[in-house]
Amino acid sequence: MFNILWLQSGGCGGCSMSLLNAESPDVMTRFKSANINMLWHPSLSEASADEFVTLLNDILADTIPLHALCLEGSVMRGPNGTGRFHMLAGTGKSMMIWLEELAKKAHYTVAIGSCAAFGGITSAGSNPGDACGLQYEGRERGGLLGADWQSTHQFPVINIAGCPTHPDWVTDMLSQLAMGDLTLSHLDELNRPRAYTDHLVHHGCARNEYYEYKASAEVLGDMGCMMEHKGCIGTQARADCNIRPWNGKGSCLDGGYPCINCTAPEFEEPRKSFTETPKIAGIPVGLPTDMPKAWFVALASLSKAATPQRLKDNATAKKITTPPGSKTS
Amino acid sequence: MTRKLLGPFNRVEGDLEVEVEITDDVVSKAWVNSPLYRGFEQILQGKPPLDALTYTPRICGICSVSQSIACANAIADAQGITLDTKPVNGQLVTNLILACENLADHLTHFYLFFMPDFAREAYQGKSWHAEIAERFRAQTGTATISMLKARAEFMHITGILAGKWPHSLSLQPGGTTTSASSANKVELLAILMSFRQFLESQLFADQLENISTLENDDALKRWMELHPQSDFAQFLQVADDLKLDQLGQIPANLMSYGAYDFQHKALFPQGIWTSGAMHSLQTDLIKEDISHSWMLSQNGPKHPFQGNTQPDPEQADGYSWCKAPRYDKGVLEVGALARQTIAEHPLALDLVKNHQSNVRNRVITRLLELARILPEMESWVRQINPEQTFCHTLPIPDEAEGQGLVEAARGSLGHWVRIRNGRILNYQIIAPTTWNFSPRDKDNIPGALEQALLGTPIDEGDEGGEGGKDSIAIQHIVRSFDPCMVCTVH
Repeated sequence: MFNILWLQSGGCGGCSMSLLNAESPDVMTRFKSANINMLWHPSLSEASADEFVTLLNDILADTIPLHALCLEGSVMRGPNGTGRFHMLAGTGKSMMIWLEELAKKAHYTVAIGSCAAFGGITSAGSNPGDACGLQYEGRERGGLLGADWQSTHQFPVINIAGCPTHPDWVTDMLSQLAMGDLTLSHLDELNRPRAYTDHLVHHGCARNEYYEYKASAEVLGDMGCMMEHKGCIGTQARADCNIRPWNGKGSCLDGGYPCINCTAPEFEEPRKSFTETPKIAGIPVGLPTDMPKAWFVALASLSKAATPQRLKDNATAKKITTPPGSKTS
Repeated sequence: MTRKLLGPFNRVEGDLEVEVEITDDVVSKAWVNSPLYRGFEQILQGKPPLDALTYTPRICGICSVSQSIACANAIADAQGITLDTKPVNGQLVTNLILACENLADHLTHFYLFFMPDFAREAYQGKSWHAEIAERFRAQTGTATISMLKARAEFMHITGILAGKWPHSLSLQPGGTTTSASSANKVELLAILMSFRQFLESQLFADQLENISTLENDDALKRWMELHPQSDFAQFLQVADDLKLDQLGQIPANLMSYGAYDFQHKALFPQGIWTSGAMHSLQTDLIKEDISHSWMLSQNGPKHPFQGNTQPDPEQADGYSWCKAPRYDKGVLEVGALARQTIAEHPLALDLVKNHQSNVRNRVITRLLELARILPEMESWVRQINPEQTFCHTLPIPDEAEGQGLVEAARGSLGHWVRIRNGRILNYQIIAPTTWNFSPRDKDNIPGALEQALLGTPIDEGDEGGEGGKDSIAIQHIVRSFDPCMVCTVH
């Protein structure tokens, strides 16, 4: 059995709620298939209060082996480094300290969601809670455990980033760990699972034809590409959201609103409005990943000149007004 | 007399600590502490108003849509958008997304959060224990997998209408960014039928309409006898045996902001219910008291438009990060019991008349909502007109203020925003569990849960032991409110 302890701190619990959306099969069956034993999860376990605190102490006393420690939500360091913004109920001890102690026992440590990975939404604005991730503070390595920290199986914190995480990202990674299949080559430069960060949100986006011809949406809900005006950064965002559907068949783009790159550190502070694209001399700031600027500008102006009328019509409509022609060659 | 610190409570959303004073084996005083502070109200200051639509759903992963709608309504109010000017399709789709979240939450609460406590070893001697344990035991009960499947498929409604759940940006002040097509309507009706079948085969073992038309508690008891294998009846049998109608009982002083607006009226109207009588809601009577919160002291309780949030862990009388909202200085309870009582559903009125607010009544009214709302969802889908607009877009004023109210699964949620120079000057949030789990106020009046815990039997000598035996009644009471602690303090 592969023992997992799942704790929550400075977050919203949305990654757990998303986890329950796992389908075909459900999350419990997936865990069973990977021989995962959920020692404790806040939404799923019976044990409460004293029973739970006993479990934590048994882990610290090496009575129960801890194979993976999962944290959902940021580490709350404030105020003034005391961790008092989250004292674990019933224990008189800050969650920050509990995490430091438990992490030493874990074969693997896993940050569930962008809050636990990088600080996330909880660290936005003035970061009133002094929130950080387990091993990152925004883009900077460090966080609670420190830049060079490794779990007992010589792994950095595995960052399953996302706001929220897709249920499959979590079940796939935890199952891979339980099977002993994970190597460092499976992680990207921010220690996120390459299983989903080798893709861009742009891949499989239903608006790709509009992107190709720079036929752009003007208000949210329009069918056109949202890169030019509506703040979409799906061409830079590392995730497979348009390949692997959300809630059966959705994605942010399918929902009529832009990708905000929620798997990236510091997505919570875009330094512009989330749904507006900043421009210099009419050209959007922030180019598609790996695209040389001169080529992007040249191709964009060329494709814009070649935009079919159909795409111009549909880009600013809420549903197809001009269907494709029937001529095939 | 002894004191006991209880926590953490799981199967609530977020972290929760309860301290009780025990006299003669019953709780004589209680203090409820929300131990997590994040600071969303501080984070939002200075942001462009529309960016609040990205931040606020992330206050909570289980009431995410409710947070979105409260935010959208607050901005709409600042823009001068009213129900008259919001497109009908936008109202219908908003209602569908909200109902989907609320019903999924009710289902999650019943099957994953509340019922597993009756499978505990502490109840091993009970005649019903073996059957309940097989069905509802945490993680391994037979209900878990079938409930998870039904819930996940039901949530496809959000995949179609909101892009994803949680944390959608589809809910806007002027409507929704999604436009449902005729093909979508067919898909939605099929999803609703599938969910109806789950409810009618497992939760109720009866048609939804036979639940929603139950007229009083006697009729409910007769129904229970006729449908003993349904999950609902299983709960009712346990509730009778454990006298859950006596547990966690407080006078029914209730509030609802009104739910599911459509064409100038709410499906469940807003109102205040105190001392057995209905009153109209006046939101200017809402004030937040911080005398027992870890907040920098201010000059008396404040209406949320005037309120601010400055944490101060050294506050002498503080024992929670939660503020204490009061209505005309009174403590109110919010949630399904409040909504259904104020909507004057005959069963809810009878339950409240007989035994006020208690563990049993809170759970019954939640399940009543599952039966009442699903047929409404079917009707809303049919009324969508794909040829007409779903959203109006209006500019954000430079100077304005707005109030956004909504009913989340667990009760009344309000956002209050003040905009200056096109930016958010101040943003205040009062969540359902802020009401239900509030600390004491300046007159030392305890919050709803703090009152509900009084008189609860607890074994002073037992130090916990296997199964958390001594605190199990307290756990039933706490979870009967379906608390959301991440919303509570935000």
